[in-house]
Order: sequence, then structure tokens, then C-alpha cells
Amino acid sequence: MITTVSPEARTPPETRRPVGERALRVVGVLALVGIVLTIWLGLWVTPPDQFMGNWVRLLYVHPPMAWVAFLAYGLAFIASLAYLWPRTRSAIWDRLAGASAEVGVVFTGLTLVTGSIWGRPTWGTWWTWDPLLTTTALLFVLYLGYLAIRHVPGSDEVRAKRNAIAALVAFVDVPVVYFSVYLWQSLHQTPSILNLTTRKTTIHGSMAWTMLLGFCSFTLAFIWLVAQRYRLAGLEAREESHGLEIALVERRLEGGR
Amino acid sequence: MWHDALLVMAKDLRVELRSRVSLNQVVPFALAVLVLFGLALGPNLHLLASETAGLVWMAVLFSCVLGVQRSYAIESTDSSRDGLRLSGLDPAGVFLGKAGALAVQLFALEIVLALVASILYGAPLTNALVLLVTCVVATIGLAAVGTFYGALALGARVRETLLPLLFFPVVAPVLMGAMKAWQAGLAGTPGKADGWLELLLAFAVAYGAIGTVAFGPLLEDG
Repeated sequence: MITTVSPEARTPPETRRPVGERALRVVGVLALVGIVLTIWLGLWVTPPDQFMGNWVRLLYVHPPMAWVAFLAYGLAFIASLAYLWPRTRSAIWDRLAGASAEVGVVFTGLTLVTGSIWGRPTWGTWWTWDPLLTTTALLFVLYLGYLAIRHVPGSDEVRAKRNAIAALVAFVDVPVVYFSVYLWQSLHQTPSILNLTTRKTTIHGSMAWTMLLGFCSFTLAFIWLVAQRYRLAGLEAREESHGLEIALVERRLEGGR
Repeated sequence: MWHDALLVMAKDLRVELRSRVSLNQVVPFALAVLVLFGLALGPNLHLLASETAGLVWMAVLFSCVLGVQRSYAIESTDSSRDGLRLSGLDPAGVFLGKAGALAVQLFALEIVLALVASILYGAPLTNALVLLVTCVVATIGLAAVGTFYGALALGARVRETLLPLLFFPVVAPVLMGAMKAWQAGLAGTPGKADGWLELLLAFAVAYGAIGTVAFGPLLEDG
């Protein structure tokens, strides 16, 4: 974390930004094109499913969203570990974990919403207490809590350490929750993800390609979003320390008068 | 570490014995929750009896949040936290001590709640041993998580609202485990509780270990 404004930090950012900036822009454009293509292929080109009819088209967005959510939490976990590991301790890991978890929460919300919309026509219910669904819902709340912890005040280092510990604990909780929900609902007869996959014939041809495209473009969108949030967090930190320096100078000037 | 834990635990329990905040406020609150659950589910005694386990454990979770807040309210007045930090006590010991004191109070509360619920909801406490063992293991897990998140949320001005948000999703497995084990006990099929007791035990050990290791950095900097 930049606590004092070093000369390097004050140099105009144009000197080192272009490469990353251009790459990021390419990623953003690719993600956008990919998502537009996915929508076009998913809505107009691919055929409706034998059992699910047009509802199968959610296949091209719902699994990629869930994938991105879990990818995001994985990245947040690794970044937090990297922060806690003394040799790699750096504020960039804390920022990366925060950016990734934020995107993860958004995509978990989207996963829950699209899954619920999909569940209504295919399972006949908006919600079922399936282990996967329940764990996802708890995951959503768990990481909202993590994002709330990130706003708890403290010095930069204290906050980063606290965030990293909280992220680790949240991540460790996920398999425990899944396992216990699995045990918990085993007596009930509820429709589950498995029923759906066994009933569904294997997907092939244009459907498989569209789904693959969906996965790729959502992953690119994830990279773009995390990079933007990460950059913003860095700018915020710099602005904070810069503002502090300005305030210090002003106070000194007041004292000198 | 264990000696320090005993010191801190004795201190917290002594504060409670003298102030009686848990006894005069948390216990009545938990009883009110039990009564309100009864009102929410209607006067159908059959339904209440079948849901006793879940209702009691929800009341315990609500009370646990209050217990954690009380446990840290003790430390936040008169800069006792600085005192605790300067005392040279092992942070792991402080964690275990605070969690231990919380666990003792929660355990006492659970006994009261179980007795009152059995009367209010018409559920005889069969297989008391299973129920008791469940209480012990679940309480250790709850106290460990509560003490850990209490320390994590310590610096926040929004502590009162942040703590429940952090605490509830994490202890979902404890709720499920304790509820199912109690259900098995109350229904007279204690064999079904075994798997759940193992889960509760694993949870208690895991969070006890996490708290013991992570409490040092949290307390030092918080």
C-alpha cells in the first residue's frame, strides 16, 4: 500500500500504462463481442431442446455465470493466501482479492437469479433445498459479509490482514456447508441437479459450441471487470494518501502563517 | 496458553457473575424468542413439538450473537482491550478464554431453553444424553466462531449489525447439525445423531484451531 506519495507514484501514469491498458481494452472488446455472439447464437441459431424447449437457452448463460463466481472466489482465496504468506505480502494481493470477491458476489447473485428462473419451468419450483443451491445462497451471504468487513476502518496493513483472514475462513466454510446441507436434505425427496442431467440427452453441435463460447466470453468479462476494479482500488488508495499529503501541507501552511 | 485461557475465562465469568447482564437480559430475550416462535407457528402443539429442535437452536443462535457482543463490550470500555494486550497474555489463551466463558454461558442458556421448550412445545426430553452431548459440541463451535468474528468486527463502528451478518452464514452447519442431532434424540432414534455429532465436532475443532492461530494478529492490530 502506498502510504506516502513517492516520486514514482507521482510521475504521470502515461509512462507505464499503455501496454496493460491496451491489453485490457482488447480483453474488454473480446468479452463484449463474445457475449453478443453468445446471445445471438443462443437465442436465434441453436435449436430448442427436446425436453426443455426454449428454456434450454439458459444453458448458455447460467453455467458460465456460476463458473465465473467460483473462479472469482478461488482467485480471492489464492490472493488472500499470497497476502498472508510473508514472502509475497503486498497490498496488491489485498486489492486483487477484494476486486475478485466483488465480481464473485455479483455473479453469484446472477447465478441464483438465472437458476431460479430456469428452475421454475423445468423443476416446477423457483427454489429447492438442493445442496448446490443452498450452498450457493449461503455463499452469496457469506461473501457479502466479507465485502462488509473490507469496509471496517483501520490502518492499511491491519485492514489487509483482517480481510485476508476473513477470506480464508469464508472459503474454508464452503465445503463444510455443502457437506452438511448434503447430509441435511438427504431424507427429503427434492428435485436435484442430478435428475436434470440424467434426463437430459448429451448436448452436441451448435449447442456445445455456444456454451463453450459463453464460458470463454464470461471468463474474459470476469478478467476485464476484476482488472478494472483492481485499478480503481489502486487509484482510490493513491487518492487517499495523496489527499492526506495535501491536507498535511495545508496544515503546515496554516501553521506558518 | 491454557493457564492464560483459564485466567481470561475466569475474568469474563466473574464480570458476568457481578453484572448479571446475560442472566437478566440474554436469558429473558431467548425465552421471549421461544414464546414468539410459538405465536408465529400457531397454537398447533403437534407442529411445535415436531419443530422443537430447530426453534430452540434458532433461539440459541440469536442469543449467541448477543453473548458475543456482550463479551466484547466488556473489553471496549475503559480501554480494557489495551490492558489485555499489554498484559502479556498469550493471544491464543485470550481467545480460548473468551470462547470458553462464552461457551459456559451459552451452555447454561441451552439447558434453560431446553427445559422451557419442552414445556411450551410439549416435547418430552427423551435421550437426554444425546441432547447434552450435542449441546456441548455445538456450543464449542458456536463460541469459537462467535469469538473469532467478534474480534474481526471489533474495530467497526457498525459492529452491532456487521457481526450477525458474518456469524449467521458461517454457523449454518452448526444449526443443521445441532437441529438434526436433537431431532434424532427427541424422536427416540439416537443412532441417527452420530453423523451429525461428528460434523459438529469437526466444526468445533476446525474453528477452535483457526481462532487460536488467527487471534494473535487480529488482537494485536485491531
